Amino acid sequence: MGRAARIARQIRWYCGTLMGDTHYQRYVEHRRRMHPGEPVLTEREYWKARHTAAENNPGARCC
Amino acid sequence: MASATTEEPAGTITRVRADPDLPPVAVIDRSPITIRHRIVFGVIALLGAVSWAIIAFVRGETVNAVWFVIAAICTYVVAFRFYARLIEMKIVRPRDDEATPAEMFENATDYMPTDRRVLFGHHFAAIAGAGPLVGPVLAMQMGYLPGIIWILIGAVFAGCVQDYLVLWVSTRRRGRSLGQMVRDEVGAVGGAAAIVAVLVIMVILLAVLALVVVNALAESPWGVFSIAMTIPIAIFMGLYLRVLRPGRISEVTVIGVGLLLLAVLAGNWVSETAWGDHWFALSKVTLSLCIIVYGFAASVLPVWFLLAPRDYLSTFMKVGTIALLAIGILIARPVIEAPAVSAFAHSGTGPVFAGSLFPFLFITIACGALSGFHSLIASGTTPKMLEKQSQMRLIGYGGMLTESFVAVMALVTAAILNQHLYFVLNAPEAKTGGAAESAAAYVNTLPLGGDPITAAEVKNAATAVGESSIVSRTGGAPTLAIGMSEVLHQAFGGPKVQAFWYHFAIMFEALFILTTVDAGTRVARFMLSDALGNLGRPLRKFRNPSWRPGAWLCSLVVVAAWGGMLLMGVTDPLGGIYTLFPLFGIANQLLAAIALTLVTVVVVKKGYLKWAWIPGVPLLWDLTVTLTASWQKIFSADPAVGYWALHHQCQQAFDAGETRCSTAKNVDQIHDVVRNTFIQGTLSILFAVLVVIVFAAGVIMVLRSIRGGGTALTEDQPVPSRIFAPSGLIPTATEREVQRQWDVLPESPGKSVGTAAR
Repeated sequence: MGRAARIARQIRWYCGTLMGDTHYQRYVEHRRRMHPGEPVLTEREYWKARHTAAENNPGARCC
Repeated sequence: MASATTEEPAGTITRVRADPDLPPVAVIDRSPITIRHRIVFGVIALLGAVSWAIIAFVRGETVNAVWFVIAAICTYVVAFRFYARLIEMKIVRPRDDEATPAEMFENATDYMPTDRRVLFGHHFAAIAGAGPLVGPVLAMQMGYLPGIIWILIGAVFAGCVQDYLVLWVSTRRRGRSLGQMVRDEVGAVGGAAAIVAVLVIMVILLAVLALVVVNALAESPWGVFSIAMTIPIAIFMGLYLRVLRPGRISEVTVIGVGLLLLAVLAGNWVSETAWGDHWFALSKVTLSLCIIVYGFAASVLPVWFLLAPRDYLSTFMKVGTIALLAIGILIARPVIEAPAVSAFAHSGTGPVFAGSLFPFLFITIACGALSGFHSLIASGTTPKMLEKQSQMRLIGYGGMLTESFVAVMALVTAAILNQHLYFVLNAPEAKTGGAAESAAAYVNTLPLGGDPITAAEVKNAATAVGESSIVSRTGGAPTLAIGMSEVLHQAFGGPKVQAFWYHFAIMFEALFILTTVDAGTRVARFMLSDALGNLGRPLRKFRNPSWRPGAWLCSLVVVAAWGGMLLMGVTDPLGGIYTLFPLFGIANQLLAAIALTLVTVVVVKKGYLKWAWIPGVPLLWDLTVTLTASWQKIFSADPAVGYWALHHQCQQAFDAGETRCSTAKNVDQIHDVVRNTFIQGTLSILFAVLVVIVFAAGVIMVLRSIRGGGTALTEDQPVPSRIFAPSGLIPTATEREVQRQWDVLPESPGKSVGTAAR
């Protein structure tokens, strides 16, 4: 059971990280480490900023 | 600086520290191969050789598709362990004590060190698309053997090498784009030619991919309904993420995929109603116009509204469906129906695409073996997420091996189909006549062997997948979908669900082709405005991406360019795929030539002349293939192959007031052929000239470099790394031990989010 739960957790971690669920958490940690004491965006603001960035620098998709 | 690092050798393993107070940042393992590994790889090589022998030499009996899968996997394992390692040792020489661009410029937006396994998924989702699925299906015209040989050999020695080395060159240059790197390393003229080539090639790519979708969906209310539903589903997902729960991406993707499956199920019911048939049974021209409007809208609408959520859906579906298909093939273990080498391989008169095996097989398979477009992903996006230089082998070389595997599965799904049925699907309407009876009569005249097909069998095949007709559904997608529905219904669910699997497969292909179309239109729009902005003062405004008139104008130009090609394709009397797909293949392979030229120049400039054959041989092969194909397309006197030969033939017929020329049956159609062949012939010349310019600039640069002159490399100054991550998919014992040292540090958020410890 413990093993199955661990594998399920790993799959969940993989999908979540691949899709981007953990990006905000990473951003918060990044700010805390590199710019301690400075204001941190809320999750809503963070994703707004991410999409604005994507707007100006689109990633190609291949054939 | 890098000199501040300390090395701690222990036997054949060296640990490198950048900071004496921190655990090592790199592990250099020079251990010789162990006896156990020798035996394991020996067994894999032997198994691979046996599978190859079965595929290549068994005749007269049926070959099981599983041998293809085994041959492919064994070839990949050996290539990844030995050839990719050779490239790593002799050319790439990764330095894990130096920071990657992702670590140097980390900003939690685009520069973001990402776990190697996750980045592998990202990179794969970005490079894989409809290309490796469609190309091998069309190439099946020549039999399975030439196709499988090129998909495997081409990937190992050309495609993977290109992806890996472009990733290497870009990673050492802060993730610069292909065009910029060609300008920096090959020179201004080569750089300008490369940028124009990339833009034009992008337009062809979008047009042909859109054409594949149009051919798959025309007059199919079920298919059109399920694809149309992806738009409201994506908008719903976008709003959900923007308004309700920002950042819950996998949650909303699971909801989206659920809705998508519902849409595919509902499509059956909708297609049976009168209003469903009225609204969603669209002609090719109407459908093309819809896609053109959609491409324009996606290019100017905010990213969060449509583009980003569609991308989530398509990533999820891509990875999921391909895994499903691999499992399906192993469970169903279908038998191959196609011949090893067909009569068309020698004669070059096949109805799917014109021309003989050399060079057109290599042009047609394109993406699954060598894809120039990957160099646009391997430069730019992926280097900005790479944690360690040594991971490039897994991401670059390994990512392309996976794409090649997708191509092998596509080949298998086409090879298990009845060969008469295959040509019913893939011969253009000008030859099949469009009806079941005439199509059956036509394919029975082809030199296929086996039992002839009857009109009733053609009709039954259409009914089994819930379509009114499957005659001349060219473009590869419907063939693949029928093959997939065969495999998947045998593996999961039985004959009752075959129609569902067919439309699931169509939806899956159309979904990511449309994702490529909308993202590609946007990228091309940016390339265009950038190029215009660089021209000079009055146009400088174009460089500002948020200047709306510029965005609208450039989007319009890009959409008009590929939309025009698309309309040209759907109205072409010869069938668009027959005439346009070679152009797409040539464009893709010529882009690969540009990327390989860049890599070869960099390898020589770095002083590794002895190893320049690693990118140099695939470059010369690719140039030989593509320039021969271009030559034939431009100069061949055979109107089936040469664009200009057909152009002049129909021009004369037009001037003489005749009403027939080739497959054109009236004056308007003759006029279409004259116009289309002019555009296609001109593009062929343009591509070839641009690539020859880049290649010549590369040769000059290489010669100068050998003589001791030439410009310097533009690599970045190395910065010491302060993070650690394992190199391969599975960490070694030493890497695990070092990882544990990082994990016990107090300030280590690493594990929870699966990124490198720091």
